Amino acid sequence: MNTTIMLFLVQDGITNGAIYALLGLALVLVFAVTRVILIPQGEFVTYGALTYASLAAGQMPGTAKLALALGIGAFAFDLFEARKALHGRLIVRGLITNIALPAIVLALTLYFAAQKPPVAICIALSLVIVAMIGLYIYRIAFQPLAHTSVLVLLIASVGVHLALQGLGLLFFGAEGQRGPALLSGAFTAGALRFTGQSITVYAITIAFIVGLWLFFGLTLYGKALRATAVNRLGARLAGIRTTLSGQIAFLLASVIGALSGILIVPITTLYYDSGFLIGLKGFVAAIIGGLVSYPLTAVAALVVGIVEAFSSFYASNYKEVIVFMLLIPVLLLRSLAAPAVEEEKD
Amino acid sequence: MSALLSVSDAHVAYGKVEAVRSVSLEVGTNEIVTIVGANGAGKTTLLSAIMGILPLKGRVAFAGQDLAQLDIEDRVAMGLGLVPEHRELFVTMNVEDNLELGAFRIERSKAKASMERVYALFPRLKERRKQLAGTLSGGEQQMLAMGRALMGEPKLLMLDEPSLGLAPIIVADIFRIVTELRAAGVSVLLVEQNAQAALKIADQAYVMELGEFVLSGKASDIAANERVAASYLGFQHEGESAV
Repeated sequence: MNTTIMLFLVQDGITNGAIYALLGLALVLVFAVTRVILIPQGEFVTYGALTYASLAAGQMPGTAKLALALGIGAFAFDLFEARKALHGRLIVRGLITNIALPAIVLALTLYFAAQKPPVAICIALSLVIVAMIGLYIYRIAFQPLAHTSVLVLLIASVGVHLALQGLGLLFFGAEGQRGPALLSGAFTAGALRFTGQSITVYAITIAFIVGLWLFFGLTLYGKALRATAVNRLGARLAGIRTTLSGQIAFLLASVIGALSGILIVPITTLYYDSGFLIGLKGFVAAIIGGLVSYPLTAVAALVVGIVEAFSSFYASNYKEVIVFMLLIPVLLLRSLAAPAVEEEKD
Repeated sequence: MSALLSVSDAHVAYGKVEAVRSVSLEVGTNEIVTIVGANGAGKTTLLSAIMGILPLKGRVAFAGQDLAQLDIEDRVAMGLGLVPEHRELFVTMNVEDNLELGAFRIERSKAKASMERVYALFPRLKERRKQLAGTLSGGEQQMLAMGRALMGEPKLLMLDEPSLGLAPIIVADIFRIVTELRAAGVSVLLVEQNAQAALKIADQAYVMELGEFVLSGKASDIAANERVAASYLGFQHEGESAV
């Protein structure tokens, strides 16, 4: 193989790896804070991508309506849970975050969809819509189960994934879509050609990772999230609500998912069910990071991306197989390193 | 008398096993109340239930308000603090972050002053403020756990076995700080196996055996009680003569 091809493959691998890194980080975050293995992460990717692509094509995405429907559901859950101690402030707050917000976004989406809005508005709307869906899904599907075992949460997670995938088919149809590039143009450096899109992918991934790092290291809410991940009871005793941490984690995960989707959809055609496989690759990285280590996850994601690029060049029929086989030696090593199965504490 | 904390006819069960039976107790303002008793008497269970970690049958009121509908975080916001036996620190975060998070419910401007107060009580924590909580010694971890709880400006601080596993000199320090807290207007509900030390600083005391209170009264009277002296204080003298 010549160097040019190799460089191409590495470049391609890093672009994909950057996306997997974002997804892997989101998975680690959600698992550490809520113990949910977020299978629907892939749906956040497709929803973000296809909402963006639909809006850019001047079509009305069904996700905006879904957000409102889920918001109404979340509001009903809030009311039911607080039924013994209902007070005005709680109702007003619920009405604003669960109903008024998605209703306004739906109205904006209806207005803009009719007139092929500029890319920036498409991105903003897609991110907000998917963020709301993530938040309300946490409220409806996971918050009531917060005290149950990892297995129950996983089953709920699979359920949410299947439901969202089905709805995705309903909203976007079986046809694949592509979105407009975020940054057009390209330049060459030596043998390599960098497209505006791939530069955008690198820049946004790096910006997001730095942003997350600052958020967790410097802000009170970021620290509260870490605290919940380290010691749930300790956090509660400090007055940090597990629900609040869960909401922030899901909000971040859904925004990261949607953003990844928006970054990919100008490069690859995405279908309503493409997210699952993309999410799984982020998951492979997260597993290599032991579902706890952020840096290890990010590095593993780059490895996954590069392995995928090379295997699609040499044995494209087997590329998924090869990527997922990465897990076997990692799991073997991990099981050898930690022979005792740790009992779940809470 | 309107007590700060009042528990009446409390039962706490793990499944079908009742670990705490028909317990009533009161803690007044500016008071140190101790619950002494052997390992497994149900002391920790009772504190956890008062904090809302375990479900409790009976009535618990704090500052005149019934706590039945409130979860742990609401109780913290009302001014009830617990330093649990296992301390439950954020071990991968540094001392300062642990303290900062203790004031999660408090206004940012007040939190700064709170932190200075905690550092004044525990100068050792100030020296170690950039060190990870998990790398502290047992005594320092206990101080950090107490400091974190104090950051939330509690009216009542519940301490579960603060002296467990600590060197005598540190135990003395911690008991001294407990009396300083009372002077600063914080009531303390202290659960201890080290009955002798606890009875020395407490105003009121309860003796717990097999999930029930068998004796209660002024701490000095309890300390003078022959039965208590025989079953707890004597044992303490021989078994843990270090203190």
